[in-house]
Amino acid sequence: MAMPFYVSPDQVMQDKAEYARKGIAKGRSIVALEYAEGLLLMAENPSASLNKISEIYDRIAFAGVGKYSEFENLRKAGIRYADLKGYAYSRQDVTTKSLANAYSESMGTIFTRDPKPLEVEILVVEVGETPAQNEMYHVSFDGTITDRRQFAVIGGQAERIRTYLQDHYRADLTLAEALALSRQSLLAGYERPPAEESALEVGLLERQRSGRKFYRMPQAEVARELAAANHGA
Amino acid sequence: MPLLSGSYEGASFFDLLQHDFPHLLPFQHLQAVPQLAGSELRLPQAVPFATTILALRFVDGVVVAGDRQATEGFEVASRRIEKVYKGDDYSVIAIAGAAGPCLEMVKLFQVEMEHYQKIEGETLALDGKANKLAQMVKQNLPAAFQGLIVVPIFAGYDLRAQQGCIFKYDVTGGRYDEQQFYATGSGGKEARSTLKKFFKADMSRDAALALALEALVDAADVDVGTSGPDIVRGIYPVVKIVTRDGVADVSEAELRPLSEKLLTALQG
Repeated sequence: MAMPFYVSPDQVMQDKAEYARKGIAKGRSIVALEYAEGLLLMAENPSASLNKISEIYDRIAFAGVGKYSEFENLRKAGIRYADLKGYAYSRQDVTTKSLANAYSESMGTIFTRDPKPLEVEILVVEVGETPAQNEMYHVSFDGTITDRRQFAVIGGQAERIRTYLQDHYRADLTLAEALALSRQSLLAGYERPPAEESALEVGLLERQRSGRKFYRMPQAEVARELAAANHGA
Repeated sequence: MPLLSGSYEGASFFDLLQHDFPHLLPFQHLQAVPQLAGSELRLPQAVPFATTILALRFVDGVVVAGDRQATEGFEVASRRIEKVYKGDDYSVIAIAGAAGPCLEMVKLFQVEMEHYQKIEGETLALDGKANKLAQMVKQNLPAAFQGLIVVPIFAGYDLRAQQGCIFKYDVTGGRYDEQQFYATGSGGKEARSTLKKFFKADMSRDAALALALEALVDAADVDVGTSGPDIVRGIYPVVKIVTRDGVADVSEAELRPLSEKLLTALQG
């Protein structure tokens, strides 16, 4: 019987992590930030139909970067998880904390057990009844889960964008200000500003909306709001 | 609860339950109930039944209404049960039959439509929703043989055809389009005769609303399982209207004077 070569677990994990990071670094980033009336998620996405941002439940939204098929599967699993829980118990029993933990568990298991790690990073965010009750979780390819406040960034250019937001973010932004800041931060992610701006995908969780809080902002409306914000400034 | 515990990969919540979580299906346990012939417990007398519901088309959409009584044998089980529910933004589901399975079916159907929309990123066509409901009614057939029938009316606004639509069902899951109006439940026959007599094509909203209430009052007048508007307790039928602007509830403030007028007319 042929014996496999011994490879230290350290080496295996390092290789897997490097592989996953490389995959994620290819994708463009996504920004989520709290504004006065809720939460805003923004992604650069040339496609109008293959979404990176989507609704999970009444107050919960999802965003993923990396390999589309992988985060799409995670998105669907999250919707199934939330709808099942809401159906078996009640709508208020569907919490972002438990969903984010379930994601973390699954992604962690896949990272250690499967030969190929997931090349994705995801955000699971919830708009609270008050701004203090907002929740934002960042789950990484290996299942690492982090709790964020004010803003969260995922994707290849996350570091530069985070630095930009640390310098420019302030509490109680209006929607127009939040849109403008998000776009500026995404542009700050580039080493050299691109010649042509790509289309923006925007999803909102609006606190005042009745029932399901998620709103997918049409691209025309995004452009209009941004133009108005530019004009005002 | 782990995130990826099942193997179903489609967009239907109903199929997801059937495939991976059959214990959560509303109808599953009913199939295990033994035949009740000759037994002490007569199921249809031991559980509450929701009775009269109706729907009629008018020029801008559909009016759907239901009385508020649940009947258990010869007793009033509830005076305030609701039989008309918003399905999603453009549809309404009304239920008649055994109240427990009926309400579970409504809940499952609501989640089904929302689930599909979130997974696929698109809303089901009205026809697609009506078909999915037919499959659910069909699943209930074994229970229907034991007397626990569920007979819904599904109505909605078809954004593509730009008109209101009504679907009626039989216990086997048979689905039929209704062009004008329909009523079912214990007082359904009586309500249908009123609707048949006074229904006109292209009625206004107010005329359709008044006719819906009149049909319910007539049903309650004859059928002991149906209650009319209860002015003493302030209980009025539930009426919902679907148009291209979505689903709207008719307020008590609007129902009260209409009901009073109809009840006064009964004095003769």
